[in-house]
Amino acid sequence: MPKRQDIETILVIGSGPIVIGQAAEFDYAGTQACLALKEEGYKVILVNSNPATIMTDTEIADKVYMEPLTLEFVSRIIRKERPDAILPTLGGQTGLNLAVELAKTGVLEECGVEILGTKLEAIEKAEDREQFRALMNELGEPVPESEIIHSLEEAFAFVQTVGYPVIVRPAFTLGGTGGGICTNEEELIEIVSNGLKMSPVHQCLLEKSIAGYKEIEYEVMRDANDNAIVVCNMENIDPVGIHTGDSIVVAPSQTLSDREYQLLRNASLRIIRALGIEGGCNVQLALDPHSFHYYVIEVNPRVSRSSALASKATGYPIAKLAAKIAVGLTLDEMMNPVTGKTYACFEPALDYVVTKIPRFPFDKFESANRRLGTQMKATGEVMAIGRTFEESLLKAIRSLETNVYHLELKNAETVSDELLEKRIRKAGDERLFYIAEAIRRGFTIEQIHEWSQIDRFFLTKIENVVRYEAVIRDHVGDLDVLRKAKALGFADVTIAKLWNKRERDIYEIRKQANIIPVYKMVDTCAAEFESETPYYYSTYEEENESIVTERNSVVVLGSGPIRIGQGIEFDYATVHSVWAIKEAGYEAIIINNNPETVSTDFSISDKLYFEPLTIEDVMHVIDLEKPVGVIVQFGGQTAINLAAELSARGVRILGTSLEDLDRAENRDKFEQTLSQLGIPQPKGKTAFSVEEAVRIAEEIGYPVLVRPSYVLGGRAMEIVYKEEELLHYMENAVKVNPQHPVLIDRYLIGKEIEVDAISDGETVFIPGIMEHIERAGVHSGDSIAVYPPQTLAPHIQQKIVDYTIALAKGLRIVGLLNIQFVMYNDEVYVLEVNPRSSRTVPFLSKITGVPMANIAAKVILGAKLAELGYETGLRRECEGVYVKVPVFSFAKLRNVDISLGPEMKSTGEVIGKDTTFEKALYKGLVASGIHIRSYGSVLLTVADKDKEEAIELARRFHRIGYQLLATNGTAEALKAANIPVTVVNKIHSESPNILDVIRQGKAQVVINTLTKGKQPESDGFRIRREAVENGIPCLTSLDTAKAMLQVLESMTFSTTAMSEEWVRL
Amino acid sequence: MKRQLILEDGTFFVGEAFGSMEKKMGEVVFNTGMTGYQEILSDPSYCGQIVTMTYPLIGNYGINRDDFESIEPHIHGLIVKEVCDAPSNWRNEMTLDEYLKIKNIPGLAGIDTRKLTRIIRQYGTLKGILCDLDVSVQEAVDYLKSTNLPNDQVKRVSTKSAYASPGRGHRVVLVDFGMKHGILRELNKRNCDVIVLPYNATAEDVLRLNPDGVMLSNGPGDPKDVPEAIQMIQGILGKVPIFGICLGHQLFALACGADTEKMKFGHRGSNHPVKHLATGKVMMTSQNHGYTVNEQSLKQTRLQVTHVALNDGTIEGLRHLDYPAFTVQYHPEASPGPEDANGLFDEFMAMIEQFQKEGDIIHA
Repeated sequence: MPKRQDIETILVIGSGPIVIGQAAEFDYAGTQACLALKEEGYKVILVNSNPATIMTDTEIADKVYMEPLTLEFVSRIIRKERPDAILPTLGGQTGLNLAVELAKTGVLEECGVEILGTKLEAIEKAEDREQFRALMNELGEPVPESEIIHSLEEAFAFVQTVGYPVIVRPAFTLGGTGGGICTNEEELIEIVSNGLKMSPVHQCLLEKSIAGYKEIEYEVMRDANDNAIVVCNMENIDPVGIHTGDSIVVAPSQTLSDREYQLLRNASLRIIRALGIEGGCNVQLALDPHSFHYYVIEVNPRVSRSSALASKATGYPIAKLAAKIAVGLTLDEMMNPVTGKTYACFEPALDYVVTKIPRFPFDKFESANRRLGTQMKATGEVMAIGRTFEESLLKAIRSLETNVYHLELKNAETVSDELLEKRIRKAGDERLFYIAEAIRRGFTIEQIHEWSQIDRFFLTKIENVVRYEAVIRDHVGDLDVLRKAKALGFADVTIAKLWNKRERDIYEIRKQANIIPVYKMVDTCAAEFESETPYYYSTYEEENESIVTERNSVVVLGSGPIRIGQGIEFDYATVHSVWAIKEAGYEAIIINNNPETVSTDFSISDKLYFEPLTIEDVMHVIDLEKPVGVIVQFGGQTAINLAAELSARGVRILGTSLEDLDRAENRDKFEQTLSQLGIPQPKGKTAFSVEEAVRIAEEIGYPVLVRPSYVLGGRAMEIVYKEEELLHYMENAVKVNPQHPVLIDRYLIGKEIEVDAISDGETVFIPGIMEHIERAGVHSGDSIAVYPPQTLAPHIQQKIVDYTIALAKGLRIVGLLNIQFVMYNDEVYVLEVNPRSSRTVPFLSKITGVPMANIAAKVILGAKLAELGYETGLRRECEGVYVKVPVFSFAKLRNVDISLGPEMKSTGEVIGKDTTFEKALYKGLVASGIHIRSYGSVLLTVADKDKEEAIELARRFHRIGYQLLATNGTAEALKAANIPVTVVNKIHSESPNILDVIRQGKAQVVINTLTKGKQPESDGFRIRREAVENGIPCLTSLDTAKAMLQVLESMTFSTTAMSEEWVRL
Repeated sequence: MKRQLILEDGTFFVGEAFGSMEKKMGEVVFNTGMTGYQEILSDPSYCGQIVTMTYPLIGNYGINRDDFESIEPHIHGLIVKEVCDAPSNWRNEMTLDEYLKIKNIPGLAGIDTRKLTRIIRQYGTLKGILCDLDVSVQEAVDYLKSTNLPNDQVKRVSTKSAYASPGRGHRVVLVDFGMKHGILRELNKRNCDVIVLPYNATAEDVLRLNPDGVMLSNGPGDPKDVPEAIQMIQGILGKVPIFGICLGHQLFALACGADTEKMKFGHRGSNHPVKHLATGKVMMTSQNHGYTVNEQSLKQTRLQVTHVALNDGTIEGLRHLDYPAFTVQYHPEASPGPEDANGLFDEFMAMIEQFQKEGDIIHA
């Protein structure tokens, strides 16, 4: 069918900020979709609140709106732009929900906007539990039996029909509190009684448990002509019970016979046809490991994380083709973009094994509950491709960048057998490693299978790896063993350890013996047809298919999996640098391993190597490609960390030299540079013992910022206000010794300011200065940043510009740099310099229209800023006000303290832009998911040191009509200041206490600065968690509260009686 | 134990042997299916061929009782990247290695199967030999070049004598040119009263059984090597509804005056898109053929193209304009592969019923 001629303009809804469960995959999908629609000649209007995305570039869509993804704002855009149609299935659950809301409130009908692709009715059928069940029953597709019960008797009746085990989910308790799995009558009585008690409506959902079933996914596509295909099927190594986003997944399925494969394929196609999906769809199924019996678990009528994974696993661009299907094209008339010679209507054949492993944030959140279940906890994922399962698994493990290169875990040998069993029975993020440890200890596959329910196939593969460790150890120097080890995916690091050699020695031995990987193409068709896709993976076989061209090439290192502290912003910069390299006439080669991103779309670079970002894997590519050099500035800390080792192996680092990178990263050298340049920095020293730490702190004065010298990214960093806190920190948070000193810096309580600049060594161009709302001490990634600065005096701004220029020149930066300053007593101090692309590069690029990554890449390749039309100094200020508001995923991470501090905790960000600061911030807060109510109650519990400030805040809240609730201490302070306040009982007092107040929704905002710390038992911690779990905004910095108050004040009229006003005057 | 595969162009691959240690020659082909190795190795259409699986891990779910497509496998060798020695599936009864040993079929693992596939794609199917390392490459190449592949595969794989698979429904005579069990299974599922005849059954043999319909099965090799079947088909055309699959389709085309030709490397896999010209709909099909009906040759016939392969445009389905007969190049019985085209067996039943109705009118 030809494409639709009756529509011209299409609105695409993005997925908003990165949160757990909705990450970079939607930038990938949205970008593909927008480009595909433009390719077909449509005008694309895009709305997304996430500034760190490629899709919000003006090159991707014809018109880009960076506005909150709420009914209010999107309706406004629709009324203004009057698009002919809307494409809702590419923006994740956010986009889908919003489209449903737009339809239900009549906005779409009012403006004559048609929903493209999968129709609303189909979306509802798939999403609504009851409708979905009804449809499955109609189709004869089995779904796990379930029933809502109100009594123990009803529970017994249900179990009588379905048998044990059953899952109990109490209604309306958060995060499934009070639920569980019952395998016998005793447990049923206990859990159901408890569940009924916990449930405010006294009801539970009972569901037949299918835990232990194989979890299989099918990514299917269908067009309007009813052609339906399976793009890829995937098997979760972790059986049903763990969210697929948190499971280790392989593609294609490994343990299904053709009959099982076809059985589930047929079911998936039947469902997609019955739903009338036009586009992509994900079907999750559970297959009994002992029969042909299966259940349909879930259907996602849209592109998803799994579809991004399937696209990268097969090469088949699902989102792109889904967008084209939405405008009426059919699969049989579109070409398969990978081969360019065959049609899109076919099912990819893989001739390799793909493994995906989730990346969890538990390195940042040490107190978090690591148990995996139905609530997703991973922030990102890595994918690896190999010709054996073992190779693919081990490549994926070392792609994680958790300092693990093999199936081994630090200190695993110290874990008792009992704990080991527990860790395998109850899956956490490290189960895979515990399984390997169990095999090492001689536990049988049968035993481990019984504990984990993981298919023996996978366990045997893990066993193969573990067994080969001994072979390697016993055959030092044996080249045949080495060859086999490499084919099994062993890293040089691992072999080096077993052979008691250095990693580099192994690399050299291999090079000598010609044990080097070849590169195979991902071509969708298992080599049946000739393809020209420049998409490769390494393996140890005979034929290399990656042909090196005559052209000069540049290798760009990507940023690996999305994690806290290294998000999609770095993929944005990576992609832009690749485009710039191409513009500059070089062949752009990218190495990365994140399946969710735009950078790993094979159409972005000239060549894509889907590989782990370790020195070994990167060197293999470099040995083959012999590029002019490597760019490490755009891939975040991942790439920067490889610079030294690359340089040591003779690889040219383009842009800022290794030596200068080191001068910015190495504390001592940096200090030296600063003092040479005459730029002040907070006083600080290194302590090698507890006594020394105390002395230093005394000397430089409290409060001090303390952190171990050997941990990156603000981990274990704390601000301490007095000696006893310092001692507590030294005893509990770190182990100080001469090898692991602790850094102690003066903590300046002042305004934090951030700058990104580009330098070519001569010219230093500063696109903009950003002012943080939260004072220094809150990680810059977790602060609200404002452009242009709202409160900085001209002479301070000038100082910042001067320092930036001096630092760029002094550090001989060629490319990007990011500097964080703190303003204290009218002086500006440098806190940190990052000689690389930063989190704020996309934000600033979008505001100022300066394509920073692009310019930086060109500068790195030798262009001069002057030639490109930029001169030294600060760019003229842009009109309007822009705020960047962080977004957190706390609701998904139990036992994590939400209070802001030096350690970064946010997973994503949104932009708010408007003509005034208040309007921009309003949008930013709304876009970040905070409901702003112009009236209500605020619950205050603040630490003693904050009371004075809090009184001012309270007064202002009171003035706009907010009720004040406070616990005793805070309330006393408020009363003393003549502010009316309702006292709320403390946690341990009887009901209704503070937790009840939060639970019952009696407060609209919680402001809490109490007892910061990671101890889940502390009162402050419990109050904050209670707020998060009840979806109530909880502000832990008074600065954030003040800013929010400013917004509230701008929205409301003050309500003070005349007399009061007189009294105050 | 290390063994090798030597191709007629002199390329050789050394790998780890599994299955039998027999020295076997055959045409080397590749199949892109990611599942279904048990069905593939027991599909008689692969008679005399050495099959390379492009998916690297083969044998993962073992060998089970149910998924054979014939009682005796006829492939001459199986080549994989990795053979699984610890299969896992509830139906698993033995490893692939054990099975191939029992059936005396040599296997070779641990070679760069993608390289081999690319060679076949580039040069077309070629002859190869699976042998021990002491065989010199030159010796093997000379042997391969001077030796013709057999052309009696159909005779080898077809049933020697007729047998019945009784049912209460339509009487279908199934002519076995190397029939996959799947075809019989589909007919049985539709309650057909099936009588299977050997490949060399004459038209009289067929008609004497008074069938309601005749099914021409799949089978190995070049259709032109089975002239007796062509004659048989000419003898029954118009007298009884015909449905042909794969080799049956090619024989039918030849019987109707069309021509067939050898393809470069054929279609073997579970992901072949076929377009139904009447509806414009595309189905995923399971395929296994090295020959195809020449499109030009259809001009002088009364055959109409009903299906084409989406990717290379080759003919995938034919219908006779005057008589109740249709055939497809692909495998609607699947096993292995997608079951999208399964409805063709229902169409065959409908054609039989239609033919009976028309017959009744004539007789009335």
